[in-house]
Amino acid sequence: MLLIHCPYCGPRPELEFSYGGEAHIARPSPPESVSADDWVAFLYLRANRRGLQAERWRHVRGCARFFNALRDTTTDQFLATYRCGEPRPDGGGSASP
Amino acid sequence: MADATAWLHPLPGATRLSFCGDEAAQDAAAAALGLPSSAMPCRAVSVGGRASLWLGPEERLLLAPLNERAQLLASLEAGLAGHAHSLVDISQRQLAFELRGPNASLLLNAQCPLDLALEAFPVDMCTRTVYAKSEIVLWRTAADRFHVEVWRSFSDYVLTLLHAVARELSARP
Repeated sequence: MLLIHCPYCGPRPELEFSYGGEAHIARPSPPESVSADDWVAFLYLRANRRGLQAERWRHVRGCARFFNALRDTTTDQFLATYRCGEPRPDGGGSASP
Repeated sequence: MADATAWLHPLPGATRLSFCGDEAAQDAAAAALGLPSSAMPCRAVSVGGRASLWLGPEERLLLAPLNERAQLLASLEAGLAGHAHSLVDISQRQLAFELRGPNASLLLNAQCPLDLALEAFPVDMCTRTVYAKSEIVLWRTAADRFHVEVWRSFSDYVLTLLHAVARELSARP
């Protein structure tokens, strides 16, 4: 079974985790002054990359914490996991939580 | 598994509290329970009949004998005054049993994917995990003894599976 390294609990079986979508999506603020197009981009538009992608994961059947992971979407290999609020370890993408 | 009745022991009803709070609140709660405070991930601390199980960086499962409920709530309320926290009585939500014997980890591993070798899952390690499709809290209280907490409505499912696994083990040559 695939082991995912939870930043709080260590390596754990993938059955305990759930996927939480793309990471580092910054919420535009303040919402009332954001254009409709920007709001649509924040709510719905995702890169869906083929290859290395920063994603949110949740150790839902363990410590129940959300964290971020760098995963290759073609090979399903996890290159790194890191806590929410920490910058992307490979320096790619934006650094917002 | 020569003696089919010796491996599974239902545990008596207990006071169970779900506690969430930051480090200061965790220390205050531990002091109110009379337990040493510990922030070590996936570890339980226990003194007498009371225990605090690390479930997450800010979440603990507090266990105590049933008859200490009122006294416990009073001392927690006093000790946690001024600390932002959440404290929920979940005594009736789940029940507990104990698995004992040399096959205890084998029984669990039939449906739980964690590495339960003593080096990987030492005594006093505790965690929320899965048993087949049900969520459980697992706490190793001795090398060949596990404390298992399971939600009441899932207990029949978990126990039925455990008995099925035990039957298979006892059928081995």
